[in-house]
Amino acid sequence: MKRRTLLAGAAALGTGACSKIAGTDTANSLFEAAEDWHRAAHRTLANRQALAPEYAPEDRSPTFRSNGSKTVDTPEYRAELANGFANWRLQVRGLVEQPLSLSMDDIRALPQRTQITRHDCVEGWSAIGEWTGPQLSGVLDAAKVKPEANFIVFYCADTLYGEDYYESVDMVDAYHPQTIIAHQLNGEALPEGNGAPLRMRIERQLGYKHPKYLTAIEAVSSFENIGKGMGGFWEDHPAGYQWYAGI
Amino acid sequence: MAKSVKKRHALSTRIWHWINAVSLIILFMSGLTISNAHRYLYWGDYGFDPADAWLAVMRFPSWATIPSRYNLAEARDWHILMAWPFALGLLFIWIAMLANRHFVRDLLTRRKEWKASAIAKDVREHLKLNFRHAGEEGSAKYNFLQKLAYGVVYGIFLPMLVFTGLAISPGFEPAAPWLVDILGGRQSARSLHFIFAFATFGFVALHIVLVLLSGPIKQTWAMIGGGRMENSDET
Repeated sequence: MKRRTLLAGAAALGTGACSKIAGTDTANSLFEAAEDWHRAAHRTLANRQALAPEYAPEDRSPTFRSNGSKTVDTPEYRAELANGFANWRLQVRGLVEQPLSLSMDDIRALPQRTQITRHDCVEGWSAIGEWTGPQLSGVLDAAKVKPEANFIVFYCADTLYGEDYYESVDMVDAYHPQTIIAHQLNGEALPEGNGAPLRMRIERQLGYKHPKYLTAIEAVSSFENIGKGMGGFWEDHPAGYQWYAGI
Repeated sequence: MAKSVKKRHALSTRIWHWINAVSLIILFMSGLTISNAHRYLYWGDYGFDPADAWLAVMRFPSWATIPSRYNLAEARDWHILMAWPFALGLLFIWIAMLANRHFVRDLLTRRKEWKASAIAKDVREHLKLNFRHAGEEGSAKYNFLQKLAYGVVYGIFLPMLVFTGLAISPGFEPAAPWLVDILGGRQSARSLHFIFAFATFGFVALHIVLVLLSGPIKQTWAMIGGGRMENSDET
């Protein structure tokens, strides 16, 4: 075989054939395996509770970019936004012994964590901001999560391309100390574009894993029957993003 | 010497060469799609505003990207998959070429090769398209410029692609936050990843041109079947 033939083959593989290969079950299971190896490698190399870097106040970016959903286009949300989310409720449900319905005052009354962290979008950009809110672990402990729960699913008020936004993490990330339910960005109530009144911070994963406009948290054993079963809005999309967004 | 070592390229070199070639092509082309997702490069920890970018990268055309139609998720699937054979392959070839002495024997430059007159002579020979001027000891397989190019690619470009790639992964960062720090922050690591990708692309382009100029069929066959040592060659 000549080099030219090899190069032509490689180019064909690159352009047309890759798309054909990518559509096959074999390719999809390889892609999923590669994603699992990365997750396993990350969790082997670092302590499961290892922290994402935290920054000093002066390291913050001058603004914090808003991306994806920038608002929730419903009259109910406009009304809540206008009255400072006085009637907003965060449900905690699913495989828990003590379901909760938390008001914004309840959430602000919990022990708080403040962290200045970097937000990395799947597109490649980064912003740095200071987030404040209760740790998810404390809320899950208050709700007494049952041992059969394997994942925590986050439900949101916003829709993107006509579908409800949602996300999920496993228990390692759910109980990570930096996983907080943020209600403040840079010392102010969370702005509309960044998910008012509540958004998750899952600091060791990419931005799409940090759902905004949070309405409910559900403990589940499997996310197979939620949405299209892939564990999140983007994951459900055709050729969707990886469920593990730490890569 | 035993007859088996008369092959020009060791089996480990040949296997790695082709695995690496396929990995690099897919990584580069899927990387162009990832670049298209946010075409701006920054220095430091953060960066999202094109006004702060040190480089606005061109939008790469669909014939150059994997997949051809813009699909960031699928490009990431390919990139995340091929990162494994690329990184593990690099580790493999480093161990293999240290173990079989390919690195010390053929790639390590000698002090006398660094003399300006020797380098100038090497450049002149290259410009005359004479590539058969291996080092003065008959044993040296590669001339100075080849050794330098291979050394830089093996020792800097390819490892830096792995390290800068790891540094932009938020899940890897807690394992080695110092890596992101020494690279100057995540956006600097991302910029360096891009720079080393294009440096490697430049090497590959030059490599292919030189193979085409120096007998492509024989060279390619040698990288598949092993070929014969230069000094046992009748030419």
